[in-house]
Amino acid sequence: MAMREIRSALITNNPVTQQILGICSALAVSTSVATALTMSMALTAVLCTSNVIISSIRHHIPPSIRLIVQITIIASLVIVTDQILQAYAFELSRQLSIFVGLIVTNCLVLGRAEAFASRNPVGPSAIDGLANALGYSLILLLVGTVREVLGQGTWFAMTVFPLASNGGWFEPIGLMTLAPSAYFVIGFLIWAIRSKRRDLVERTGYGLRREELSDD
Amino acid sequence: MQERKYQSPGFLARSNDDPAKVFGVAISVALTCSLLVSGATAYLRPVQEANLAAEREARMAAMVDAVPGLRDIIAESGADGLETRMVDLSTGQFVPGAETAGFDYDAAASSEDIATTIPGDRDLARLRTRPSQIPVNIVEKDGELLLVVLPMRGRGYQSVISAVMALESDLTTVAALRILEQAETAGLGARIETPEWQASWVGKQVAGTDGTIMIDVVRGGASTSFEVDGISGATVTSQGVANMVRYWLGDHGFGPFIERLRAEGG
Repeated sequence: MAMREIRSALITNNPVTQQILGICSALAVSTSVATALTMSMALTAVLCTSNVIISSIRHHIPPSIRLIVQITIIASLVIVTDQILQAYAFELSRQLSIFVGLIVTNCLVLGRAEAFASRNPVGPSAIDGLANALGYSLILLLVGTVREVLGQGTWFAMTVFPLASNGGWFEPIGLMTLAPSAYFVIGFLIWAIRSKRRDLVERTGYGLRREELSDD
Repeated sequence: MQERKYQSPGFLARSNDDPAKVFGVAISVALTCSLLVSGATAYLRPVQEANLAAEREARMAAMVDAVPGLRDIIAESGADGLETRMVDLSTGQFVPGAETAGFDYDAAASSEDIATTIPGDRDLARLRTRPSQIPVNIVEKDGELLLVVLPMRGRGYQSVISAVMALESDLTTVAALRILEQAETAGLGARIETPEWQASWVGKQVAGTDGTIMIDVVRGGASTSFEVDGISGATVTSQGVANMVRYWLGDHGFGPFIERLRAEGG
């Protein structure tokens, strides 16, 4: 069960490419693989613990205040994670700057809390959190790899393509270090996945019928 | 989960629509979360502060390295080469016997007895107050001034920028500018931290021959020795750095101090 969950969240139900969640942080922190990895670990920690905590008190969260209870728990976990990073991974926390704090607004975390953890037992919720966090991490690391290799000629700060400015041949693509390129890379990923797996293409949900389209 | 311990057994059995339960759950979640957050913050504060202090020190050291030959001068003139002395900004005099170790700029700028209010029309750096006394670093050799290092603060686009500027013995040539702390927009304003931009300040003249502050950050194509190229896409931050430098070198900043050093022949 666990393996199937995880495999499904990696490709067929990937939170980024299929559910299109957590996009804004994906573009902000994927300029290099190192920041993408730290962000992935921070998000995995937050998503798993928030799913476990929310699932374990799910019978006692009054529906009228459920969102605010969930977001309070998530925000507290994020602050603690941020504090730990600032204490023990200072350089990386500098590079991630405000984006760790923005995990709070990452729709993936609240989305999983609301859609899964608030209705299911602790065990499956933990697996759901882990699976979705891994799916997010996979995309983040892929995007980070593409952007760092093409934008800076390095991978984890190790030289892949020697730069022209250092006597090599590679002219880095400046666009790759800018935020929009993350959208391009994610867009290409989605296109690649969906042209390989036709069953993942969404049907048009709420399109107007032909007769509704005519003006007169 | 934790509230189970603190509530009477009957509480959890209540309906989730019961107002008492709604309030009870809200309060216990809020309490547990605030305990968790404040506990973590208080426990980790010392480690974080040590990190910040180490970073400040490393940047100070980087600034010393940035000035060619400065390391050798300091090594030659002994360990006290980089001397720290307290300056009274309004008189420009050194304050004899003042304690400089552990000087806390923020505390000094906000305390009522040692802070000075900056008049609105002169508050280029938009700081509102500043300490009336600030420690500066001085490098001397055989009683002759080689370099003076002035700390600076100023508001950028979204954060207070902290920097140090080193002036050569003529007191107008920039030996180095180092941004010590900033939280500007990543990728745009934060580029004031790049070595390339900081290096573009080196060798610039801060004041004309009559002593008026001339240095400024301009948009594209710095042409005179008083002009530094701004960072494209970060006009407000670049201008913030320029205003910071202009304020601190001006009459209300280190102006009187620089004037006195010059009058006394360095």
